[in-house]
Amino acid sequence: MEEIRNYTMNFGPQHPAAHGVLRLVLEMDGETVMRADPHIGLLHRGTEKLAESKPFNQSIGYMDRLDYVSMMCNEHAYVRAIENLMQLEIPERAQWIRTMFDEITRILNHLMWIGSNALDLGAMAVFLYSFREREELMDCYEAVSGARMHATYYRPGGVYRDLPTVMPKYKESRWHKGDDLKRFNQWREGSMLDYLEQFCADFPSKVDEYEALLTTNRIWKQRTVDIGIVPPDLAKAWGMSGPMLRGSGIAWDLRKKQPYAKYAEVDFDIPVGVNGDCYDRYLVRVEEMRQSNRIIQQCVAWLRANPGPVIVQNYKVAPPKREEMKESMEALIHHFKLFTEGYCVPAGETYAAVEAPKGEFACYLISDGANKPFRCKLRAPGFAHLSTMDTIVRGHMLSDVVAMIGTYDVVFGEIDR
Amino acid sequence: MSEPESLARRLQVQLGSKVSSSVEVLGETTIEVLPENLLSVARTLRDDPAWQFEQCVDVCGVDYLSYGQTEWDTTDVTSEGFSRGVEGKGAGRFDWANRPRDTAMPRRFAVVAHLLSISHNHRLRLRTFCADDDVPSVPSLVEIWPAVNWFEREAFDLFGIVFEGHPDLRRILTDYGFVGHAFRKDFPLIGNVEVRYDADKKRVIYEPVSIEPRVLVPRTIRDDSRYEQARAEREAGAK
Repeated sequence: MEEIRNYTMNFGPQHPAAHGVLRLVLEMDGETVMRADPHIGLLHRGTEKLAESKPFNQSIGYMDRLDYVSMMCNEHAYVRAIENLMQLEIPERAQWIRTMFDEITRILNHLMWIGSNALDLGAMAVFLYSFREREELMDCYEAVSGARMHATYYRPGGVYRDLPTVMPKYKESRWHKGDDLKRFNQWREGSMLDYLEQFCADFPSKVDEYEALLTTNRIWKQRTVDIGIVPPDLAKAWGMSGPMLRGSGIAWDLRKKQPYAKYAEVDFDIPVGVNGDCYDRYLVRVEEMRQSNRIIQQCVAWLRANPGPVIVQNYKVAPPKREEMKESMEALIHHFKLFTEGYCVPAGETYAAVEAPKGEFACYLISDGANKPFRCKLRAPGFAHLSTMDTIVRGHMLSDVVAMIGTYDVVFGEIDR
Repeated sequence: MSEPESLARRLQVQLGSKVSSSVEVLGETTIEVLPENLLSVARTLRDDPAWQFEQCVDVCGVDYLSYGQTEWDTTDVTSEGFSRGVEGKGAGRFDWANRPRDTAMPRRFAVVAHLLSISHNHRLRLRTFCADDDVPSVPSLVEIWPAVNWFEREAFDLFGIVFEGHPDLRRILTDYGFVGHAFRKDFPLIGNVEVRYDADKKRVIYEPVSIEPRVLVPRTIRDDSRYEQARAEREAGAK
């Protein structure tokens, strides 16, 4: 027996299942993990320090790049922190738009998660299907902001512009032609809301497709059922949030418990798990996609019926209209000041949390009254989740580590910041 | 949800002299405790059925050097016109001992924890100023909330705050072998070293940074009468 000994194994940072740049130092006894030491920070860009050196508005784009699969939710936490400190009243329509885009973002995130998690555990097809719907939703991002991912769409005081009345169409090209082109464009005849309405009507059937591939799949269940069980006590003590907490049976969702934007006015349910294993978290996230779909439908209905301003008419915070600048000296000055110096935020501190797809994403903002944040701490859910890795995977097999990384839904943009 | 107005007062009453200050601003409650009282206060907050803060969602370090300092003097008119503010004293261009003006902050480093009670649905901010500005240290909360493990490692890494009793206080976000604490206000934004691959030595080497620091938008503080008025109205309303 003397020749058998533990050895240390490096998992990542280039491993395809490491979801980015996770370096996991595993102490193995055969195929059993004795200790896991995640090394993070390989994607550390110092976002918080960069934010301290820039006027408030210029950091919104950095927020997109934190958790780069749930972009607008990050923006939401940041702009809410600024709005809290400035005591801004947000137009109702902007709040509905934010609610809608938060949920679009949640679906985007969960689609990415279901695809990559299934891919890690050996199911290639789900990845291909989930990216089909992701594409359709990213077109909504593009329609409102011009960017498919890093939108910088939320601004303190509202959102940058109103929803487009025309949904961009595919043009004829070598890749899009004939019947294909017609099929691609069939939802795009009307406005963005029409497009979303058709998407929402269709999406539950797509979720059924993923479920058909996974929910009762024997291999999927073998890889996820009873793997990575998180008892509720541990989930609370370790600061878990979002689907990780709900998977363990704790019905906690900031959208219900501490509602922001228009979540208090929409109707949706919070799915919770029973056993707290990877399979339960899978079921929770799948159900969350269906619930998000419901919320989007309610937002579409409201937004269709209620036109109005989408950003505050406060030129200290939001730029005046371009036409107005041609006529009004005052508007021109405001525009110049806003884009050169920015605005000063009254001294104080605030902690603004949103229910991001991965859990509680928050921005702790300290202002000393200047035009730049004094301290901007970003609380990333993935950071707290990944810190539990060692506790949870001890005694599991190596392949379960992959299942666990998948179920954490780690994205290194937010963990390393 | 319990009445947020009373949370600060109730905490003050129950914890008494262990709490240095307890305030509620913008609907958020903040209490300040001295490092020596931190653990007992934290334990009470977690275990007492009146508070039940089961979760510590976030711990972060704050460096109060340069708090309230500007780079561009907006009160006096200079004869040189708009000689941009980079001449002034911004963060990274002075240290704590030579800071240009005394600020309201008596201590440099603070550790801020954000607590959340799932049972009562309330939040609390718990701030502790480190007694020593040169070697800042506070007791570790890891015994009370295991979640703070990595958050404290991060605060140690980025601010150099030592958490006494932490089982594994290593750097977490910065590079292996990193020197300094990157989020301190006197650490330059451009950093101190840069890396590149050296073809002769056939390895990655570290060199002093070659880029110049720039300030595109100077840091300014403008007193806005609207905020003053709003604050005065809030205070009058509170009384």
